[in-house]
Amino acid sequence: MNTLIAISGLGVLCLLFEILNFRKAIVPATILGLLAVLGLTYTEFNTPASYYNNMIVVSKFSSVFSALFIVLTVFLIALAHDVYEDHQTKISDFIAIKIFMLAGAVAMVSFGNLAMFFLGIEVLSISLYILAASNRLNVKSNEAGMKYFLMGSFASGIILFGICFIYGAMGSFDVTEITEWSRSAELPIWFPIGISLVTIGMFFKIAAVPFHFWAPDVYEGSPTLTTTTMSTLVKVVAIATLYKLLTAMNADLSAAYINIIIVISIASMTVGNIMALQQNNVKRMLAYSGISHAGFMLMTLLSIKNSVSSLLYYTTAYSLSGIAAFAVILYVCKNKNNEDIVNFNGLGKNNPLMAAVLTASLLSMAGIPIFAGFFAKMFLFNQVIDAGYLVVVIAAVINSIISVGYYFKLILAMYNKEPNEEATKTPFVFYAVAIISILLNIAIGLFPSAVLDLLG
Amino acid sequence: MDVTTLLIILLVGAFATYFSGDKWAPKVALLVGLTAFASALCLLSQYNLGNEISYNQLWISKPKIYLAFQADGLALAMLLLTTALTPIIIFSSFGNTYKNSKAFYALIVFMSFAMSGTFLASDGLLYYIFWELALIPIYFIALIWGNGDAEERKKSVVKFFIYTLAGSLFMLIAFVYLQSKAGSFLISDLTKLNLSSTEQFWIFMAFFLAYAIKIPLIPFHTWQAKVYQKAPTVGTMLLSGIMLKMGLYSVIRWQLPIAPLAAKEYMYVFIGLGIAGVIYGSIVALRQKDLKKLLAYSSLAHVGLIAAGAYTLTLDGLRGSVLQMIAHGFVVVGLFFVAEIIYRRYETRKIAEMGGIRAQSPKFTSMFMLLVLASVALPSTFNFVGEFTVLYSLSQVNIWFAILGGTTIILGAYYMLKMFQHVMLGETNAKLFADVTFNEGLTLVIIIAVLFFFGLYPKPIMDLITPSLENILTQINRFN
Repeated sequence: MNTLIAISGLGVLCLLFEILNFRKAIVPATILGLLAVLGLTYTEFNTPASYYNNMIVVSKFSSVFSALFIVLTVFLIALAHDVYEDHQTKISDFIAIKIFMLAGAVAMVSFGNLAMFFLGIEVLSISLYILAASNRLNVKSNEAGMKYFLMGSFASGIILFGICFIYGAMGSFDVTEITEWSRSAELPIWFPIGISLVTIGMFFKIAAVPFHFWAPDVYEGSPTLTTTTMSTLVKVVAIATLYKLLTAMNADLSAAYINIIIVISIASMTVGNIMALQQNNVKRMLAYSGISHAGFMLMTLLSIKNSVSSLLYYTTAYSLSGIAAFAVILYVCKNKNNEDIVNFNGLGKNNPLMAAVLTASLLSMAGIPIFAGFFAKMFLFNQVIDAGYLVVVIAAVINSIISVGYYFKLILAMYNKEPNEEATKTPFVFYAVAIISILLNIAIGLFPSAVLDLLG
Repeated sequence: MDVTTLLIILLVGAFATYFSGDKWAPKVALLVGLTAFASALCLLSQYNLGNEISYNQLWISKPKIYLAFQADGLALAMLLLTTALTPIIIFSSFGNTYKNSKAFYALIVFMSFAMSGTFLASDGLLYYIFWELALIPIYFIALIWGNGDAEERKKSVVKFFIYTLAGSLFMLIAFVYLQSKAGSFLISDLTKLNLSSTEQFWIFMAFFLAYAIKIPLIPFHTWQAKVYQKAPTVGTMLLSGIMLKMGLYSVIRWQLPIAPLAAKEYMYVFIGLGIAGVIYGSIVALRQKDLKKLLAYSSLAHVGLIAAGAYTLTLDGLRGSVLQMIAHGFVVVGLFFVAEIIYRRYETRKIAEMGGIRAQSPKFTSMFMLLVLASVALPSTFNFVGEFTVLYSLSQVNIWFAILGGTTIILGAYYMLKMFQHVMLGETNAKLFADVTFNEGLTLVIIIAVLFFFGLYPKPIMDLITPSLENILTQINRFN
């Protein structure tokens, strides 16, 4: 709870900085503030509690995932200074919106009441609509914002509809009460309908096939930093929330429900990967790759009772490598008007360090040892095979092979092509963010227990 | 001292090489390689004294994954092969200059680290990690420093990478499945499992895909010739000398003991595939016009025979194939080095553009001749010991296998001697061919000395590997 309050306070403070004309200090000050909040989250880790009539429930799950979100936000905000150098007058707005978005994210994993859950999802989404359209003189950015808003509000509507059904069946918004009721034998038909609707809405948010159509356009059109946010932080938030919802509402998923998850998971992996193979724009490619990773993460729902550690591990590994990759993309495409693969030609010669970081993060996403992405997939496969779904694992492995095709397209461009132009100077923060996140990725690859045992 | 010391030397050495700068990198890499070889010898003597050199520690608690390295005679033999060939390969490249050489040599040392780890690891997942790690350096070595047209090279290297990765991912599924049965990835637990014959069949096939692509066996060999041709000679040496031995070693270490029933049931199929490789490789080699490609196909023929030997599931077969692995490792490195020496002078790999070298460089000619003879398994060379043992074990299974496999010697002699004739003999070439330099000569002499020494006196290696092979054989026969 303290985390949530502190984050909201920090957001307000960011807005005040603008009035007080502290624009220069805003990035470092916010980062320091977030690190302090991270410390606060740490203190909450061992003291589960509930606040305000069970509106907010702080548990190990919520504090660990909140900590992950805060770390990701720190990276995102560190990148903001150089990205928004042309818009210095608005920087406090951008940063404040990101902080509010973080508040929404934290609310989404620590809700104890469905109303709070919906509030969180709306705070997160509305911040994102603004960020997607934030490059207001660019048609593509406007298009992205509009598309995202239409699709997103549609999904929110479905979620709300589902929540109503659940309320109709259970007579309560309180998650603990719903959990208790859902164990009883006779469940009204409204209850599974409600859960299905909420799940569909969340599938929209995590961009799982067949609810993924918005993702590539929105990713491509949005400013790159917003794309970074969507493909790392938001995806992780959505999947963690879906996991929490499903564990809370019906501990034993019915067979039909499991079959649907299997189909959607395999479809997301396959469609995402096959579409990614054909992309020439890096952001679109990573959007599709994100869709396929969503398919992987959905596999955790197949053994929902004990897969929380592997979910945490997968999301951490995926988002850290995503941040590293996008830091390099931001650097390469800084003064370009598109993000085509051609721009990466010869990066291995121009800037070997950045090329190495991007290579490492792509290898991690492809699941090559010793990067964390490999262990993430391995733990996941382990869990799913234990639960008895060998077919899904085989589909996932075939998809891992396909994914190598497009990740390597980028690697080949960096090392096997001649550079188009002279090397440009890299701002320090890009280096710092890229290297720190990829080192963190490798570190949790070498010491997986550090992450796995948190929720073990 | 235990085996981790050696791995740490190589890993730290890779970074040291990178940070020593372009000028010093080759020398530092050589030094690291020699140190690793010395420490491998040290390990060997400790092992012979009966000291504990294995290492075992829990790494990840859930699922249980150990940092487990176990050095028995077989692993030590492969370790010695790796650490002996690494400095030789590095030394052989001293005549060439590579741009960005610090990265180049660092990758070589790193690859040596990964391959040593593969041979030593006794936890399935750790083994898998090293297995995959070895792939990344060779990918970059072939891609960045290779020769020929960049587009074409890119295609063949990416094909190679995706092929091998695809194969090994199925091996990963097999390991994860085994873990869910046994509760850990340790080989000692996996070989105790009582799997039904259907399970064994699928696990065997998953492993087979990984190894057949790596070795390569027919029909999974299509990546090989192109990559051998396009990679820089050092990369080709690493691939053919050491890396494909990873596949063969893994057959003996992992595949056969874990799924012996399938190996027994389909023994004829797998031996047949190996023998088919022998005949196919030899015939295709006959028609090659490119020296490196010819050597690639001859390598395909030889490894086919080695694999066939391993799949006989007899002590002689296993022993013969391990001996032949080591022998082939040395001889193939020597032969590719010969191709490189010619390339340095004539800048061509086309056999038709060579010829008439003999009169200009007697020393080179005689060394080349000795290598060719070793490659065709002339008695008194190491290759003869290996190949003969394998053929003997094949004859015990079915005499026809031995007869068909024996064509490797006849056909091999034919295409190798024909190649030698076209490359070296004939009227003196108009282009000048300087005789070998001291460095080149030294490299070749070391390789030839090893081949002949163990050809005449193979007992030390036999004694080293036989006990561990007997252990493996008892595991293979545990279902009877």
